[in-house]
Amino acid sequence: MLVLALVVVLALVPFLNLPTAGLLPDRLNAPGSLQLLGLCLVFGALAMTYDLLFGFTGMLSFGHALFFAAGSYTFAIAVNILHLSGPMALGLTLLVALLLPLVIGAISLRTSGIAFAMVTLAFAQASAVIVGQDPWHATGGELGLGVVYARLPEFLVGVVNTRYLYWISLGLLIIVAGVVWWVSGSVTGRVWQAIRENEQRVQILGLRPYTFKLLAFVTASFLAALCGIAYVLLVGGTNPAIISAQFTLTLLVMVVLGGAGTRWGALVGGVVYTFLDQRLVTVAGSQAMAALPAPLRVPLSQPLFILGIIFILVILFRPAGIVSLFRPTVGRRRRWPLRSRQARR
Amino acid sequence: MSTIALLAITGIGLGGLYFLVAAGLALIFGLMRVLNFAHGAFLLLGGYFGWLLGAHLFGGAVTITNLQFVSVLIVATLTGAVLGTLTELVLIRPLYRREIAQVLVTVGLTLVIGALVIGIWGADPKPFPTPAWVHHTTRVLGATVPNSRFLLIGAALVVLIALQLFLRHTRYGLIVRAGVENRTMVSAMGIDVRRAFTLVFALGGAIAGLGGALAGVYFGAVSPDLGTVLLIDAFIVVVIGGLGSISGAALAALAVGLLQQFANYYVVGVGDLAIVLLLVVVLLIRPRGMLGAAT
Repeated sequence: MLVLALVVVLALVPFLNLPTAGLLPDRLNAPGSLQLLGLCLVFGALAMTYDLLFGFTGMLSFGHALFFAAGSYTFAIAVNILHLSGPMALGLTLLVALLLPLVIGAISLRTSGIAFAMVTLAFAQASAVIVGQDPWHATGGELGLGVVYARLPEFLVGVVNTRYLYWISLGLLIIVAGVVWWVSGSVTGRVWQAIRENEQRVQILGLRPYTFKLLAFVTASFLAALCGIAYVLLVGGTNPAIISAQFTLTLLVMVVLGGAGTRWGALVGGVVYTFLDQRLVTVAGSQAMAALPAPLRVPLSQPLFILGIIFILVILFRPAGIVSLFRPTVGRRRRWPLRSRQARR
Repeated sequence: MSTIALLAITGIGLGGLYFLVAAGLALIFGLMRVLNFAHGAFLLLGGYFGWLLGAHLFGGAVTITNLQFVSVLIVATLTGAVLGTLTELVLIRPLYRREIAQVLVTVGLTLVIGALVIGIWGADPKPFPTPAWVHHTTRVLGATVPNSRFLLIGAALVVLIALQLFLRHTRYGLIVRAGVENRTMVSAMGIDVRRAFTLVFALGGAIAGLGGALAGVYFGAVSPDLGTVLLIDAFIVVVIGGLGSISGAALAALAVGLLQQFANYYVVGVGDLAIVLLLVVVLLIRPRGMLGAAT
């Protein structure tokens, strides 16, 4: 019920001409505010997809950004260079979003633990190198790729239509959250959590961890690519930053900040992180900040400094993440991945 | 011939730089099973403090005397050591036995230090002070090789030998080696392994700090993304060499440096791709790396 109310409120945001007291760049339903909120929703959804891997299945991937970027870049290239129409570009992107993680996952999952993290990092790095050097003149190299708007449906183009992009972001979040909720509560989801707790035992019970892990990998990556499509529409283009190892680390920070393996946690972490990352810059430029002495002003004007400090404090004092503040029972027991090895035995 | 000599020597020089960054990582991972993301930050601050000394004490000259250069290297090394020690004491120790939380906390620290460096010194590269001879060249086997490559090779050799001597011939080295082998057993013998943790963090940080200054020499400047760029290379080196193995890291650094130089010469821009492919191949054929212990 509460969730339904939340969705309705979020869907109505473009009609609410409310003041935001400086929290957002403009009034609530202004294009700038809607784009920022849309970005929060997309990254919230993306963090949930990473949580499927890390929080639920216990797989530490350093290459998740690759699949998000694959969604963005494939869509942009399909529209710009292959001259496909919107639906065709979408179809092609979905195909790539399914096949790419299938191949990469099948290879990477031959390893596990740190080695798995490194193989996924390697695939993402290799792709980042190719995207950055742009040998086939398709990705726009360091500059990224702006989507040619003329080939998109009219309602997706122009500042006036930002609300449609916002609704697309919201729709994406609902789809991703729906799948994450359904799948993590299903039998498959239970097996994922069992693998996280004790892979050997799952194997002894007669199940093949490899198959289940591959399923988790493909599901999470496919959903991440969907997020990538929403991102490219919302922002109007791609940039090589979204394929960097740094970006995967950002996802990890979002998930842990919110609370890994709790479904709500990743969503909250993604939204909060993105919001702070985008808005703290404005605080940094404010008059109150200019009045502070340099030793305070310099670090406080860097959003990543503040986010990093919050992140460290959460790990040290609130290992179950932000959501545990609202659910005290969760906070008391140390959840994966932050409890000790001893407790796991 | 001269081309091959040039590529080989510059490749070994690059390998030396990779080794300096990877050695501390391998040491820390071997003993504590922590993939230290803050290593890039140690390196970054080492480089920046070295540059600061040159920029402020020596009148901002880009060309300095040998003695001044040595003091720059010492400052960078000490910066890394202090930072490593503090990191272990303040952030890692409270999370004892929670390896993933320890890794995550180092991720947080890189964010913080990276943001601080940009906040304080800006995003532009800073020219790194060096003595004049570093920019000169020496002719070897018909190839004209920049002297900075020899400096890196020398520094890497000194660190490698010093580390091996420390690990094999001192009591603390013995504890570290025993801890790598079986940490629980060392604790059972009544030895406080945690003191060894602080020690490897200090040592690893010191080497990373030195690596940061020498990276400044190699690239001619220090910039805020220095840490992240080299950290990924160092991860690749450590994993190829076998997590936790110093000699493995040395061999892998050499292989990666050479491969990158040669690949880049024959097909421009393919070097980065080649080392990543090497990583994938090594991991798929031999997941524990070249010299890694079976776990």
